[in-house]
This record gives sequence, C-alpha cells and structure tokens, in this order.
Amino acid sequence: MSDFTSGFWNWYVALITVLGIAGCAILLWTQSRHRVRLDEHGQPEQTTGHVWDEDLTELNTPMPRWWMGLFYLTIAFAVGYLVLYPGLGSYAGRLGWESTGAYKQELAKANADYGPLFAQYLRHDLKEVAADPQAHAIGERLFLTYCAQCHGSDARGNKGYPNLTDNDWLYGGDPSVIKETIMKGRNGQMPPMGAALGSDTDVENVAHYVLSLSNAPADPIKVAFGKSKFAACAACHGADAHGNPMLGAPNLTDKTWLYGGSPETVMETIRKGRNNTMPAWGEFLGEAKVHVLAAYVWSLSNAPVAQYTPAHEVAAK
Amino acid sequence: MNAPAPKEAVIKMYAARPDIHPREVKGTFATLRRVCVWLTQLLFYGLPWLSMHGRQAVLFDLGARKFHLFGLVLWPQDFIYLAGLLIISAYGLFLVTAVAGRVWCGYACPQTVYTEIFLWIERRIEGDRSARIRLDRQPWSLEKLGKRGGKHLAWGTVALWTGFTFVGYFTPIRTLAEAALHMTLGPWEAFWVVFYGLATYGNAGWLREQVCKYMCPYARFQSAMFDRDTLIVSYDTARGEPRGAARAALAGGKDGAGVKGDCIDCSLCVQVCPVGIDIRNGLQYECIGCAACVDACSGVMDKVGKPRGLIRYATENALAQGWDAWRIGSRIARPRTIGYGLVFVLMAVGMSTALLRRTPLKLDVIRDRGSMGREVEDGRIENVYRLQLMNTAERPHWFRITVKGIDSAAVVDDALVEMAGASARAVPVRVRVDRAAVVTGSNRLSFTATAVEDPALSVTEQAVFIVPR
Repeated sequence: MSDFTSGFWNWYVALITVLGIAGCAILLWTQSRHRVRLDEHGQPEQTTGHVWDEDLTELNTPMPRWWMGLFYLTIAFAVGYLVLYPGLGSYAGRLGWESTGAYKQELAKANADYGPLFAQYLRHDLKEVAADPQAHAIGERLFLTYCAQCHGSDARGNKGYPNLTDNDWLYGGDPSVIKETIMKGRNGQMPPMGAALGSDTDVENVAHYVLSLSNAPADPIKVAFGKSKFAACAACHGADAHGNPMLGAPNLTDKTWLYGGSPETVMETIRKGRNNTMPAWGEFLGEAKVHVLAAYVWSLSNAPVAQYTPAHEVAAK
Repeated sequence: MNAPAPKEAVIKMYAARPDIHPREVKGTFATLRRVCVWLTQLLFYGLPWLSMHGRQAVLFDLGARKFHLFGLVLWPQDFIYLAGLLIISAYGLFLVTAVAGRVWCGYACPQTVYTEIFLWIERRIEGDRSARIRLDRQPWSLEKLGKRGGKHLAWGTVALWTGFTFVGYFTPIRTLAEAALHMTLGPWEAFWVVFYGLATYGNAGWLREQVCKYMCPYARFQSAMFDRDTLIVSYDTARGEPRGAARAALAGGKDGAGVKGDCIDCSLCVQVCPVGIDIRNGLQYECIGCAACVDACSGVMDKVGKPRGLIRYATENALAQGWDAWRIGSRIARPRTIGYGLVFVLMAVGMSTALLRRTPLKLDVIRDRGSMGREVEDGRIENVYRLQLMNTAERPHWFRITVKGIDSAAVVDDALVEMAGASARAVPVRVRVDRAAVVTGSNRLSFTATAVEDPALSVTEQAVFIVPR
C-alpha cells in the first residue's frame, strides 16, 4: 500500500529504479570492451585508452570474466527481486510478501515451538502449578515482562495498582479468580459521590466514618454524621463496609488502601470517584501463559503446598 | 587499390582465467607447508570432538549466547575480548609480515591450506602438471569422465566434511553427526553445512589464486608493511642473468656471446608457482610467498652442481649489497618491527591479564520505572529495583545482595540469591531507607553482590534511590 495520495511518486520511484538498473547494465556492457589503436606491429595496444599528461597511458590488466558475470548476476537478481517482492513503486510483487505477514508467520512459529512448554501446565490445577519450581521461574519472567510495569517488579503495586503479595483481593483470591482477572481484565468503577452525598462537609464526614472503620484516627462527631450518610456507599461496599468481590468494591475496614489512606485522599476518592482498569491479557498471551502467571501471582501471597506431578506422569495416568 | 589497414581494434576489459597447473614440488619449504596443513587441519577438524566437563570443549552456542572455550565461558558482554584478540592477531600479522613477508599467506592461510589439500587430491587422481594439461586437451572420454568425476567427488567429500566440522563449532558435533547419519539435520544446519562446503569447494577447487588476487584485502594492503629489510622470495638477478640453457652456458654460449648466468631457464620456478607468475620478473603483488619456486630452483641447482639460493628468501637490501644471513638478521629489529612488536606484546599482556582477572559475575541494576518510590511503615521510603544477575562461571553460587551509600539503607527480606552455573536471572529487590537519611529527589547508592562462600567474588554497581515529593 502506498502512503502517498497521488500516484505520481510511485511512478517516479519506479522509473528511477528501472533507469538505475538499466543504466548499470548499459555501463557494464559498454565498459567491458574498448576500442584502441593498433601499434606499429598491427597489434592492438593493451591499454585502457585513457591518456593523461599527454603520454601517460593506463595498462589494461583484465579482471577475470567471472567477475563481470557477478555484476550481471546482481542485475538479474534485482530484476527477479522486483518481480517477486514489493519494491517497484506501489507494485506489491508476485509473492504477495508483506512485513505484517512475516511477523504473523514468526509469531505462529514461536507459538508452535514454545506453546507445548506452557501448554503442559494447563493440564494441572493452578495450585499444583504454583508448587512447581520451573513453572514458578517461568511465571516470574512472564510477570517481570508483562505485569511489572504497573504492579512493580516485586508485585507490591503502586498507587492505583494493587499490591499482589498481601492476600487482600478486590475480586477474590481464589487462583481461578486471579486467572479470570488476567484473562479478561477488570474495570473497577467508583462513581463520583460528591453530588449524591451533598456538601463538602458531608463528604468529609463520610471520609472520617470510613477511616474509623479501620481504627484510623478520626473525629468522633464527623464519624457519627458520616455514618448516617454511608447508606449511599453501602450499595457497593455493603452495609458492614466489607466490600463486594463481585463488583470489585474494596473492603473499607482493613488498612489496605489502593490510593492512600490519608483523610485528604479518601475525600478525593469519594468526591471524584475512581476509575481503574486492568487490561485483558487472554487474547495477547493465550490461556496457557496466563495459567502459569495466575499460579505465580497466587503463590506470592500463599505458600503452595500441593505436590506437583510432572507432565509425563500425568500423561501416564 | 588496397583498402587501408584498420587502425583500431576492440579489446576486452575482462578475460577468462588462464589455467594454472602447479607442478608438485619437494623441498624444505614444501615440507614446512605440509606440516602447517597438518597442524591447522588437525586442530580444525579435531577440536570440536574434544569434551570437557561433560560438554563440548569448544562450542559457540549462539542460541544460548554462550561461548565455551575449554574452561572459559564467554558471554556477549565479553565481546571486547574478541576485539582484543583481533587487534592482537592483526599486530602479530603486521609484525610477521614486516619481518618475513607474506609467510601467513604462503603457509597458514586457510585459502592456501585448502588449495594445498585440493591440489594433493587432484595430483593423486589426475596426475601431476603435465598429465593434467594433457587431460585438459583430451576430448571427453570415459577415462577423462572418470578422472574428473572422481576428483570432484573427492573434493566434494572433503568440502562437506569441512562444512560439517564448521557447523560442529556452533551446534554440538556429536548430535550433529547423529542427525547427519539419520538425515534429520535441521534446515539451517543443513544450509550452513552445504554453504560452507560449497565455499570450500569453490575457493579451493576453482577460485584458488583468484581469491588472493581479486578478493583478499589483506593481500593488497600488506605491501604497506614491506620495506627494504623485509624477507621476500627473490630471484638473484645479478647471479642468474643472462639466463640460458645449461649446455650452452658450459659451451660458453651457443652464440658465443660469453658465459651465461646461473639461471638455466628451465622454467620450473614458473611451473610450480600456484599463482602463475614468473618470480624472475621481481616482486609482484600476486606472490603469496609460498617459496615453491625456491624449492624447485634449489633442486635444479643441486642437479647442475651450482650453489643453492638463486631464488631464495632475501631482502632488497641484502640483494643489493650482498648481505649474508647474519647481516639480514641484524636488521630484524628496526623501528617498524619494534613498534609492531611493542603493540603486540602490550595488547597480549593486557588482554590476557584482563581475561584472567575478570570477575565471573555481572550485575545490572534497573530501577522500577513504574513508581517513584513508596512510603511504608514508620515513614520509611521504599524503592524497587530489578537486579539483572549473571553468573558467568560454570559452578553454582549463592549471592548476597547489599546496599551502600545511604545511611540506614537496607535490603528488605531475603537478600540471598541462588544462581546455577552459567546462568542469568532477574531478581526484584526492595530497598528501604529512613526518610531523614535522604533528600527529596535522587540519592546515590550502590548495590553489591557477593558470593557467600567466596567474598572475593563480588561486583558493585551504581544506582539511584528516588524520594518522591
């Protein structure tokens, strides 16, 4: 495909290419022989015919003929290449080769080569995979490549990116749920509650109530006022504020804060809401890699106790 | 009236290569070259079959990016040593060339060595020079077909074996041999065996001296290392000329023009020349310094009862001033050779010291880019790093990670890392410091990895600790 809107440049480039190749061929043909004078014995002078400074001539020391053949070969190669591959203006070439196709082929080959390595773990329960040292090493490398940008190399997270090592889970800590999270991604929505709660004072009161749930320092009067307004939050976080893994609504009674547990940050969260996205990796990585990754992530907060049965023994069963 | 004779003609700027059929030669230098062929080829064909520590002793494992050289494991990071080796080789070559001319070309260059092997095969099958020239002129017959076919078959076998050995340096040769026997070579292995084989066949069987004349850059630029004290294969013009047949010389010249020079014009020196020149025309760029003509001429001089050395290794100065070997030797040490030698020795000592003293452990510190740093319990600040550790030795180690440069800085959790022999690993490491010990922004600190059982095996790398606002 051409990036140009007009066809002119395609023809321009194609013409230069063709002229260049033809020029090389003509140059080679005309320069491979030379007309020279005969000397006094009637023999042709073995010089290139170039004369400098009146009488300085250049002796003709012929190159081997196969050398000239190589030059003609490059011209034949150029013509063949331009017929088969894209290169002449917008002409796509007879082979239909394109770089995206080449990439897809390489990807398919890599998947075919390395796929079985990951696929062997699919036959195992996630907790079993977590117990396998080799799967753990693979999982660690996968994590460092795909997950560490947000969750950190040590998986302890950042502001807005959950800590994966504390066994505190927004959507549940069962290995299968972790796998689902990685496969399909998550979209965590906390709507802005400022308008629904009323004034800034109301927001501050609710914030203090929320902080009091985890025994953080809070003003008892504001806590009392805030408690009456918490009903608006209970729809997602529950009346007891223990959260709802179905919605990814966090437990507000523990000391784990995704965005920070200072009164200011909590107020900002309530007023403006939060919007959090974990991308879906299922399509990009494929289930087998995600399986290994999920087992690795689960093992970060759980000591794997299950015995791993090597793949060949599973096959034997 | 006759038409005027043409005053011009067309000449070709490219010419077919004249056939060169070097005659077999015996003598000191031919023996020396044969010894070189045996030494280099025993090394080349034999080395990949040596085993050490349960693996191939010399193996360039491109896939794993590990280069095994006996007890040494080199990694891509050690590429500097290859550069050093090339510099050492280059200066070694300069030095040898300045002293003794193109001895590398004449005795040890693979192009010469394989041509020698292929010529040997050719002689065994088609016969020596005259027989080969006769065979060339013969019309095609069953005999000619058999000889030619046999020769190319033998060449092809040697070439394929060479290609196979070459690939055996990059993929374990024993499994390669097995795969070759079962015809299950991978496409790339097969390609490189055939490619290197074809290159050997083409270069040693067909191209021969043309590689030296038209392709080899070294052949062309080494004249820059020549001077008037460089040993070259030279014809003693003063002694040899005027040349003429021996009998005529004994008779005082058939034309009675007086006593001839020592050269009897037998042309043996031309017949044995692998690059097809006449050394009596003086030093020519085609001459690879193989001294085949020296051997041939010495044999002839012995037969006609004249002293050897009409063609010999000599320097321009020696020829012009009639110096003896002692005088030639006294000119070996001159500014040019001392310079080359000095660089050669310095590089060799420097590189081998560096290689022997290098720490078989590499450490790269990559700070997590996703976060600036986080506040943890007690108001301490935490940064996360990814340590890229590489144990380049062959034995496994436990390494302890420590940090320095900031008071109170400490590695959280277990700072011990287990590393298998010749392996690389990325290890996430958390470092905590007291808020009071650091300034907002970047603070310098250094990571050190030390082998637990061998404190001498240790490497330190600089890094930055960031405290967010």
